Amino acid sequence: MIDPETAEQEDAALAAAPWPQRFLFARLQNAGEIFLLVGSALREMPAGVRKIGLVFEQMASIGLGSMPLTVIVALFTGAVAAVQAAYQMRDYVPMIYLGTVIGKSVVIELGPVLTALVVGGRVSAAIAAELGSMRVTEQIDAMETLGISPVRYLVVPRLVASVLMLPVLTIFADILAIFGGYLVAVLTLDVSGHTFTSGLKLYFKIQDVFSGLLKSVFFGGIIATMGCYYGLRTEGGAEAVGDSTTRAVVASCLLILIVDYLLASFLFRVLFA
Amino acid sequence: MPDNAIEFQGVWKRLGTKVVLRGVDLSVSRGECLVVIGRSGSGKSVLLKHVVGLLQPDRGTVRVNGIDVSKLDEGELLALREEMGMLFQAGALFDSMLVGENVGLALREHTPLPERQIEEVVAEKLALVGLAGTEGQRPSSLSGGMKKRAALARALAMNPKIMLYDEPTTGLDPITADVINRLIRRLQERLGMTSIAVTHDMKSAYHIADRIAMLHEGRIHAIGTPDEIQATRDPILRQFIEGSSDGPLLPT
Repeated sequence: MIDPETAEQEDAALAAAPWPQRFLFARLQNAGEIFLLVGSALREMPAGVRKIGLVFEQMASIGLGSMPLTVIVALFTGAVAAVQAAYQMRDYVPMIYLGTVIGKSVVIELGPVLTALVVGGRVSAAIAAELGSMRVTEQIDAMETLGISPVRYLVVPRLVASVLMLPVLTIFADILAIFGGYLVAVLTLDVSGHTFTSGLKLYFKIQDVFSGLLKSVFFGGIIATMGCYYGLRTEGGAEAVGDSTTRAVVASCLLILIVDYLLASFLFRVLFA
Repeated sequence: MPDNAIEFQGVWKRLGTKVVLRGVDLSVSRGECLVVIGRSGSGKSVLLKHVVGLLQPDRGTVRVNGIDVSKLDEGELLALREEMGMLFQAGALFDSMLVGENVGLALREHTPLPERQIEEVVAEKLALVGLAGTEGQRPSSLSGGMKKRAALARALAMNPKIMLYDEPTTGLDPITADVINRLIRRLQERLGMTSIAVTHDMKSAYHIADRIAMLHEGRIHAIGTPDEIQATRDPILRQFIEGSSDGPLLPT
């Protein structure tokens, strides 16, 4: 129990503190609340996944709904990778390595990360906006008073769907990005299809694909968690919903990049070293 | 069971930087309808949300059927809420669901009733609030008053023993407001529900209340039967019930 007067004094002390202290305090508070949300989502997971209809609904909206975006992003990613790699390799590296470079960079990094960033923008914004408007119109409160846990009913299906669908989208992105690179190489860079595919097979390691998909599982978790967290903590009106949406997108993009670095360090310097 | 269905003891609550409740003492006996009046922003809705455990007091206790709400874990709280119904200010219908699904949600979640029986209960509750046959409509296609009535049907679906109304008649035309008032009174008399209604609609307050309490500056300023309230000499209460801008209360 917090004593209102003590809390008031603490608030006043914090408001007077220099900004780095306030910033740090706010981020630590966010982190704590996010861990609590994830904790209760994990506890509600068994009951939540039994609402399989809700999970499928979210899988369709997160997975299928993000497919057109993923297709375009992946094709152009591969195409750009081919143009840039060919430019860097010209005069120094034989073109047989073009397929190797593209294949590796796509499955390890570009496929999972760009898919997560683009889908993350779309999905975490949609989740934050939906849950945020439910919060400000008291629908979340209404759900709780009906004895229904919003974590079980809203958070778990979104979290499960996002964790399941991000690897699926990443597989499509990997294939399409390599295909995009192949098209550019064959049509505009004077590299034969055979040269490209032989390069692709050279040094191909299945653990590269596995590492990319493992990352996408974490990214899926980040996207749904940020959307749900910022959506549920919305307070106020329409403006607050917009604010939550922005925060959710910014937080999920930043966390994706930070977690990408941490996982890359772990996977390639510890696990596969 | 204790006589008081709901009991507030020295409840303090701060929201953001504002202390909204400053030691509220209030009890509602079983089967009674208590109306809480007060100005906008005086903390009436905050008071209601403590009863269902949507908010926890910073200091003091809120007891429902003698049980301290803030001491319950998540599971016990959800179980307690099944015995309570709450009508929210703007209805708060789930707009991703049809009206019928909204009303039947708690039944589908908490009871083993077969689908056909659930549909019967849904139809019965909708008819009770004068919305028979609207099961298949989207909440977005309903008017404000219809939304509120559908929300009332949803709150009644589980036959709660305690009902909480957050501004049940605000924003309704006088005729619909009267329908809601009569309905609240009828539920009270027939089913013996314990209820708290929060409002600043004095006509509605006189109609439905067994007792009226005024929340002012975070405390219960006055409490009494509608007759006592109407006969009051307290200047603050007098000004509020007469709806006058002259007096100790300043326009905000």
